[in-house]
Amino acid sequence: MRDRIDRRTFLRIAGLSLGAGALYRVGAFAGAEGQDAARALGRATGEAPAPFTFVQLSDPHVGFSGPPNPTGTQAFERAVAEINALPQRPDLVLFTGDLSHESEKPGEHAARMARFREIAGRLRVPAMHAVPGEHDAGLDGGALFRSFFGETSYSFDHKGVHFVALDNVSRAKPEVGPERRDWLRRDLARFPRTAPIVVFTHRPLFDLRPDWEWFTRDGDQVMALLEPFENVTVLYGHIHREDVHRAGHATHYAARSLIFAFPDPATTPEKKPIPFDPARPFRNLGLRRLDARREGGGGLAIAPTEVELTLRKLSGTEGFAQLLRPSSL
Amino acid sequence: MRPALFAAAVALPLLAAAPARAADPVTVTIVAKRFEFTPKEVRLKAGQPVRIVLRSEDVTHGFFQRELGIDAEATKETPAEITLTPAKPGRYVTICDHFCGSGHGNMKMTFVVE
Ligand SMILES: [Cu+2]
Repeated sequence: MRDRIDRRTFLRIAGLSLGAGALYRVGAFAGAEGQDAARALGRATGEAPAPFTFVQLSDPHVGFSGPPNPTGTQAFERAVAEINALPQRPDLVLFTGDLSHESEKPGEHAARMARFREIAGRLRVPAMHAVPGEHDAGLDGGALFRSFFGETSYSFDHKGVHFVALDNVSRAKPEVGPERRDWLRRDLARFPRTAPIVVFTHRPLFDLRPDWEWFTRDGDQVMALLEPFENVTVLYGHIHREDVHRAGHATHYAARSLIFAFPDPATTPEKKPIPFDPARPFRNLGLRRLDARREGGGGLAIAPTEVELTLRKLSGTEGFAQLLRPSSL
Repeated sequence: MRPALFAAAVALPLLAAAPARAADPVTVTIVAKRFEFTPKEVRLKAGQPVRIVLRSEDVTHGFFQRELGIDAEATKETPAEITLTPAKPGRYVTICDHFCGSGHGNMKMTFVVE
């Protein structure tokens, strides 16, 4: 009887999280009001809302080599294998940027992007979607990314959820920019206020730590466009560590990186990667479980649990079986 | 005489530090080069106008500090010029916010306003 979904916030994004990113569950509707909203939403998206799961992966930086991770693409390849071994196949995998690490050597960046596509291509999932990070698109305004994956900002509907891929890296400055904000305004216009919206982007859309470049210059203006909607989830990467931030109707979740982790800015003066530990190569890149509980006032309390991407307890396929216990929503 | 020399040595830096008129801007030049700003720290006085000249020695660099209202960009050909009067004492970390290559993520300097 616990954790009945709030009638007004029917289709909540809740999280069980996969270290490299997160495995999300979209919960079912409940109550008569919820069913009415579901029908309204079905008319808007042309698809009947239904529960499903999806995974976010972030920041593999294919091509990066350096002391904070001498194992290169291993964490990424391992995450792909873990997802393929899930007992329940996710509908979608979303990549939130820095798929590749840039190089100024002729042809090298394209080779790294191709290597990313090759590893990601091993994922046995029905659909994958990506937005660029500044390491993919900062030097050429997104031209290479577009030649591989098409547009950098776009949207689609999936089982009653509206997904928006929002590029906030390929302009000269770290911003979405007036044209794409205008596009977003028009894109959202057909939806009722109750429509669940998932925005996925690279940089945080709020001022998390501007002096570490953890912000988007026009993040406020983007969030103002989303403010009328009652159920907004923003998934992002860039910061290479987990973070949950709630503001207004929106909850922002950061995914861990697949290459190296950044420390907690509250306790660390410098933005330097956490040093590599050969005894625990995937520390901080590992599995992360988010337990979602209902709170008073209709909100969700998310309690993260530390789990590493190794073959120890709560990891590997066995770990996933445990992670995939029925959602509390 | 020793005491006189000593007095002069003390007086000179004091004179240099005190502007003739508070409204005259002081000029600070900052050089951007992948992936550093030089100098890394600049001291300013609250209420004292300052003219900042940002020069780039290589590619396009950004220069951004929201609280101080700094939002500029310099190329090798075109330096940026910013004038401002810092109001509040504090440390203001200023970043390059135009992606300029690997290493860009730590390109920053600090204005210390006293
Ligand atoms: Cu720079």
